[in-house]
Amino acid sequence: MTTEAAPALPVITQEPPTPATRRPRRSRSAGDWAILVGALVVAVVIAFPFLLIVINSFKSPADYNTSGPLSLPTELYFGGISAFWERVNFPQKLWNSFYISGLVALFAVLISVLNAFAIGIGRIRARTWIVVLFLLANLLPQEALLYPLYYLFREIGLYNNPWSVIIIFTVIQSAFGTYLLSSVYGTFPKEVLEAAALDGASRWQILWRVIVPISRPTLSVLMIFFFIWTWNEFLIPLTFLVSGDNQTVPVAISVLQGDRLMDVTTTSASALLGVIPTLVFFLIFQRTLTRGITAGAVK
Amino acid sequence: MAKAVPFVSARAVRRPAEDGLIPHRGRGGRWRYWLYLIPGLALLTVVVLVPVAANIGLSFTEWRGIRPPVFIGMENWVELFADDAFWASFRNSVFMIIAMVVVPTLLGLVLAAMLFDLIGRKFGGRLASTLRAVYYLPQILPVVIAGIVIGWILRPQNGALNTILEDLGAGGLTQNWLGHPDTALPSIMVVLVWVQIGYPVVIFMAALQRVDPELYEAAELDGANWFQRFRAITVVIIRPEIFVVTLTSTIAALKVFGPIYVLTRGGPGDSTLVPSYYAYTEFFQSQQIGYGSAIATALTVLIGLVAVVFIRAQSAVERKEREGL
Repeated sequence: MTTEAAPALPVITQEPPTPATRRPRRSRSAGDWAILVGALVVAVVIAFPFLLIVINSFKSPADYNTSGPLSLPTELYFGGISAFWERVNFPQKLWNSFYISGLVALFAVLISVLNAFAIGIGRIRARTWIVVLFLLANLLPQEALLYPLYYLFREIGLYNNPWSVIIIFTVIQSAFGTYLLSSVYGTFPKEVLEAAALDGASRWQILWRVIVPISRPTLSVLMIFFFIWTWNEFLIPLTFLVSGDNQTVPVAISVLQGDRLMDVTTTSASALLGVIPTLVFFLIFQRTLTRGITAGAVK
Repeated sequence: MAKAVPFVSARAVRRPAEDGLIPHRGRGGRWRYWLYLIPGLALLTVVVLVPVAANIGLSFTEWRGIRPPVFIGMENWVELFADDAFWASFRNSVFMIIAMVVVPTLLGLVLAAMLFDLIGRKFGGRLASTLRAVYYLPQILPVVIAGIVIGWILRPQNGALNTILEDLGAGGLTQNWLGHPDTALPSIMVVLVWVQIGYPVVIFMAALQRVDPELYEAAELDGANWFQRFRAITVVIIRPEIFVVTLTSTIAALKVFGPIYVLTRGGPGDSTLVPSYYAYTEFFQSQQIGYGSAIATALTVLIGLVAVVFIRAQSAVERKEREGL
């Protein structure tokens, strides 16, 4: 999954309490300033590649060759960006990524809710083993599923069809969702459920009219993570979406790397176009995620 | 759960914990909850369980993808254990672990403690969380895009790094960074450190909020220096997060695929080959599906072992700690 590398929910951590309110500031020694400089240097080193990509995406190749990668563009040049934009038909790739990730987020949350209802609320027999089974799906290397799935989807005619990727990631993401939601639902306030049952609501009604609305903050956080994780996926979309019309943003950008028509600034522009959507999501969603977790803490 | 303890335990006496949370009235026994699991379990079976089983089965066959697979027993496995490329790929996995687990976790501990403890306290929490956001930036990218960003900087002819080196008068140091066997693997490792560093920083900074500042002050009064406090207090309290970070990052390191695909395709030679890329090429380029399945199965087993060893180690440490107290 995300960046496969980091399947945690790190963005939702609360801001550290402002120290000024907790205690008076101490005097800053020379050593403190040295450490601050060190931390700033690390930040500059980490941000530097982004900076290089941004300034060089707006240069013409000639400008790049004469003035090098570090100087600002002599004039804003959109040739690289527009060349790559048209070459890969970028709006179409954006739409593909959006469509696939959006549907996966929706379906995976739905499946997670149904599973977690049976496991967390229903407390069915052997539930621990069922959770382990779902977790396996998340833990396994995707390579171990790759060829059998490739064969299966070719046989049923869904190869090179966005639905193959949608189905696969619905299962993989909902495996994580089942694990997380089952433990959330396991501690669901019992008196609320009992009151609903006393009012004559059936299980199905309790699920959709009581449990889902109350857990909505958690569900929306899950949905956002599923969306971003699916957006960032590479191996399975690369394998299953072979024709350009179906490719997602990361796949479309990566298959063109090393192409002889990609000059130095067009390549930079391609990286920039890959970076921008995820930056936008990060900025949009960060507030929702923080709000989601605090709202979830009420009950 | 801890919050509701008195309430829950009082209930538990009257109702066995095994019951569902919704009290049942006459109709619909507890088995009916299984109906809700049908879609999830059916999908899991088709998309995960059957393919994994098929993959294991295929590792005992010869299959070129057209005619039906032929059972050949252990042949793939025997070949695998004598295959230099296979061992090279796992050797490179060790370097992926250094780049994604060892370096980021150690650096992340230091950076998180620095941000939380020193910069947060003496220069303000806002500066600390801004720096944290910058460190986290590469984590939000699709890992292939991160690879492309760094790959662009490392381009051989007119790449940014080589151009900068020439401008600095160090033209002798210019390299075909990704094309030379000696520098390709370190270059990939730099990409992965860059991608990964924000993850431990963010998790550890969240964990550090559990540390009681008074504990620190007491230690300080007792004359403990920063490093002693760091080791005796910080590392001990956030140990659960250290386990989670190292486990999830190790698994991610064993699965690395995207950066290799976009940057080196495993080359030059086998110098950056990793198991997942090796399996991919066997499946889709060499059409040796049986052999690819054996590689993928070996990787799966290894990941399972890593998870088991980690979880065992964690519970052993916790047990020792409880006995020590």
